[in-house]
This record gives sequence, structure tokens and C-alpha cells, in this order.
Amino acid sequence: MVEFDVVDLGPSEAVPPGEPAPPFTRPLVTDEGWTDRSLAGLTADGPLLLVFTPMAGSFLATYTWSEIRDRGWDACGTTVVGVSASTPYELAAFLRDGDHPFGIFADPANGVADAYGVVHDLDGMAGIAEPRLAAFLIDDGTVEESWVSREWPEFLPYDAIEAVIED
Amino acid sequence: MTESTDPSLTLYRLQGCPYCERVVRKLGEYGLPYRSQFVEPLHSRRNAVKRVAGVRTVPVIVDERTGVTMAESDNIVDYLEATYG
Repeated sequence: MVEFDVVDLGPSEAVPPGEPAPPFTRPLVTDEGWTDRSLAGLTADGPLLLVFTPMAGSFLATYTWSEIRDRGWDACGTTVVGVSASTPYELAAFLRDGDHPFGIFADPANGVADAYGVVHDLDGMAGIAEPRLAAFLIDDGTVEESWVSREWPEFLPYDAIEAVIED
Repeated sequence: MTESTDPSLTLYRLQGCPYCERVVRKLGEYGLPYRSQFVEPLHSRRNAVKRVAGVRTVPVIVDERTGVTMAESDNIVDYLEATYG
């Protein structure tokens, strides 16, 4: 039996369902470039799933966005966008390399993760924090549902999220 | 993914590009609100600009108010002076 440690991240201080979704504006990156967008501008037309992942290049980001792409969440009734501590250049390359039809907010200072209560201070990378893997379903300015990882690594409960966003 | 508060001017720009900064300075001089759409350094990855303006060079300005889409900083500065100066 190979032994390994799954790190317990402990409880999060994530914004709970029923609370207002913290507003923010960041560069929204696609495979072609980026421009500042506000959360409010994206939620004006309906529900939105905000997916926080570790940095582009980590296997967690690769696996998460590949799964979301393969499940076709770009075509569901809910807008799906990401948040990452990676820079716009890194995210544009990540989206292009993975053929991901999504936008990801670039948030190198991790302020959005802080506002949503999902900061993960990285062990062994001094001075760098990024989000925990997490997803928030936002509708009409309110957090309707949230999924926040408690362990490292842990993946999103795709089936449970899919059941909600395709309602 | 448009926003109700979108300015009518969009500037396609490259970080650190002096020709783009020239247009930025002119926009600032006239107090014109604009949206910045950043593109990537590699020409071959600028299909978004190509679709909008037919070229892969930046700066490119799109003025929804007048329906003008324009490349080349000389031309853009002349246009801004003539339209908003």
C-alpha cells in the first residue's frame, strides 16, 4: 500500500448561499485576449457559475477545465466563467492549448478569492496565494449554491453541479 | 458578453506598444471613455483584430457611435482630433 497525504484544508469562510455575491471587475481572458469585465455585466442576462481553480499549469486546473469542456457546460443555460491567480498571458495560452471555450478572470492578487472566502495560501511558494477549487452559482446578484474543496487535492462534484446548472 | 455601461469606443491594444500609447494619450486628452481590449504579442494570434479591422496590427479603434473602425495610429489620432477635438 502506497502511502500519501491528502491535505485537509479545513472549513472555509466561503460566502454562503443566500448572501450577496461580492461584486468585482477583472480582466476576463479568452483564447484571443482580454478586457475588463464586471461580474454584474455577466450576470445581467441570467445565472452564472463562477469556477475558482488553482493556477494554469497545475493538474487541478487542467483536469477541471478539461472536464467542464468535455461535459459541454459552455452550451448549458448557465454562463460558466473561471477565476484564477494566473496572469492574462498564462490564461490565454492555457485556454488556447486546451481548446477551452470559456473566459477566465485573471486575478493575480487573489482579491476575488479573498472576497469569496476561498483563499489558499500555498505551502512552499512564498508570497503566493491562489483560490481553493470552488464553484459558486450566482443568480440575480445572490449566491444560490456553492461547492468549496475541503481537501487538497479534491475535485468539484461535477454531477451535482451539472444537475443544478442544467435545470 | 456586453455591459450596459460599455463605452462606445473600444481600443485594441498591446501592452507596452508605443503606437497604442499614443492613442491612449489622445483619448485621455479629450476625456473620452474607452474599453481596452488587449491582444497578444504574436501577430498570428490576433484573429480577433483581423475579424474586426481586417488587419492584425494594433492599435485599432472601434467607435460604435460613428460606426468607424480604424487601424494605424496616425489615422486614429487624426480621426479623434477631427471628431472629438
